[in-house]
Amino acid sequence: MIALFESEGWRRFAANPLSLAGMSIVVAVLFVAVFAPFITPYPKHAAAFVDILNASQAPSAQHLFGTDVVGRDLLTRVIFGYRVSLLLSVVVLVIAVPIGVTLGLVAGYFGGLIENVIMRVTDVFLAIPPLVLAMAIIGFLEPTLMNAMIAVSAMWWPWYTRLIYNMTRSIRTEDYVAAAQVVGSSKAHILFREILPNCGPSLLTKMTLDFGFVILIASSLSFLGLGVQPPTPDLGSMVADGGDYLPDYWWLAVFPGVAILLVVLGFNLLGDGLRDVLDVEL
Amino acid sequence: MRFSLFLLNRVVSMALVLFGVSVLIFAIARVIPGDPARIALGPLASAEQVERLRERLHLNEPLPVQYYEFLKGVFRGDLGISLYTNRAVVTDLLSFLPATLELVLVAGFLMVAVGVPLGVMAGRNRDGPVDNISRIVSLMGVVTPSFVWAIFLMLLFSFALGVLPVAGRISESVQLPEPITGLILLDALIRGHWSVFGDALAHVVLPALALAAAGIGQAARLTRANVAEAFNRQYVELARAFNYGELKLAAVYVLRPALIPTLTILGLDFAAMLGNAFLVEAVFGWPGVARYGVQAILHKDLNGIVGTVLVISMLFLVVNMVVDLTVAFLNPRIRLGAQAS
Repeated sequence: MIALFESEGWRRFAANPLSLAGMSIVVAVLFVAVFAPFITPYPKHAAAFVDILNASQAPSAQHLFGTDVVGRDLLTRVIFGYRVSLLLSVVVLVIAVPIGVTLGLVAGYFGGLIENVIMRVTDVFLAIPPLVLAMAIIGFLEPTLMNAMIAVSAMWWPWYTRLIYNMTRSIRTEDYVAAAQVVGSSKAHILFREILPNCGPSLLTKMTLDFGFVILIASSLSFLGLGVQPPTPDLGSMVADGGDYLPDYWWLAVFPGVAILLVVLGFNLLGDGLRDVLDVEL
Repeated sequence: MRFSLFLLNRVVSMALVLFGVSVLIFAIARVIPGDPARIALGPLASAEQVERLRERLHLNEPLPVQYYEFLKGVFRGDLGISLYTNRAVVTDLLSFLPATLELVLVAGFLMVAVGVPLGVMAGRNRDGPVDNISRIVSLMGVVTPSFVWAIFLMLLFSFALGVLPVAGRISESVQLPEPITGLILLDALIRGHWSVFGDALAHVVLPALALAAAGIGQAARLTRANVAEAFNRQYVELARAFNYGELKLAAVYVLRPALIPTLTILGLDFAAMLGNAFLVEAVFGWPGVARYGVQAILHKDLNGIVGTVLVISMLFLVVNMVVDLTVAFLNPRIRLGAQAS
């Protein structure tokens, strides 16, 4: 850990205030999401809860973000909403990245028919506007958190296939790959031990950027009522619900909306910082 | 001659991808567990009703036969009957599509009309105030979901300032001219109904701006990078030595090479905008394809969903092809390169 902070890379990263700001936002969001029940004074408000006497109150010292139409503390709901968003983003990347990366490695390394099949299928997935594909998949399932994760994963893997495919195509002619082939390394060894590590920096950068963009897309789905269902707090559906009460109860839509853009901004700045330090192009 | 070959190549590959999309969306619709007929009719429907619907949707046939029937319909311009509206899906889409098209086209126009000049100004004066503004616009554009933009813009312009309408496509008091294209702005322009044009324009500005927010920033950043590069080229130096005005320099010698990569991005952004149109339409009560699509999804309307996805993907592919061809037209290296390889 200490070695990290003394490294040349860290010095370059820390020299850019925007990167530091991004990292601070990400760390802060992760912190409040993980310790949500201990941070907010109203942990009960994260679930179904009614306090009609305190309904629709404007932001105040007790309720920094105000309260919603059934009297729940909006800040609490936003903090717990971050939990759902971050969890979703982790699951989507855990599903989509290995699939996309493996297909990209295989297509790029072996070439020929298998390359054609994989890359044409990838083209087909990329020809459907991203949000629309996810919506269609949810259309045939039920709108739940799990299905939202599946749908977003299904639209996300092709981007990783394309990225890793392009990198593999340029790496496979390198000397160290030829050396591994000569000494008779297995195909799996060449793909995952020789080629993949060299895609690491690009992969890490893209995943950091995508962590935010997955949250953005998932919140778009739930904004349309096609994602997480109530009473689970979700930033997208909070904005949708709040939209019905504009402009009188403006805080209901504005704060969850700002919360989404803040977390996406954080991952974006962090990703840009990594891109500069790791010197990768995406 | 060469260009027509290039064109043919593009059309064929587009047709192949579109065929793939039809297989994919068909597969998603049929392979996902659960009986689509049962899901559409709900748990209260009798077994007999479900059976009748299965018959109507050809669900009892083997999958390849189903796909063949589906494809036959597509070529006849028949996407089946919507289970939600009980009308032909094609009729539904045709009545909702113009509104979405109008919105997305205006957004695309804003993206170029605002983003490119912003980028040129930023590129001419790097790290100056305009450059910093364009940086912030671009960053906020990309990280803010379009439905959040929509709500912010609505709060500011419709509620706080009260200068633009809150929702809808046209004021109720306005008498619409007989549709020609279905795009109100265009129809009003053709018929010279200026008051209708003004009213429609006032309605479309905010949703289009919300939709274009991400693209404006991207177009500006990309133009800036390419303009900055172009300003350093020798032929620009030469033109400058001939004492051409800065405006002519920027417009003629710098913009054309700088515009090409921007156009490519525009095509990709069009996909994002078609998807995001669903969000913006929901905020502004815009009577487009999005509302229809979301209702189809919520009502488990098999044909409605498949039709919507197919038509939107087709739009996306067509726009990308037009963009590719425009780029090739602007840059002979691409069309000749495609020929050579």
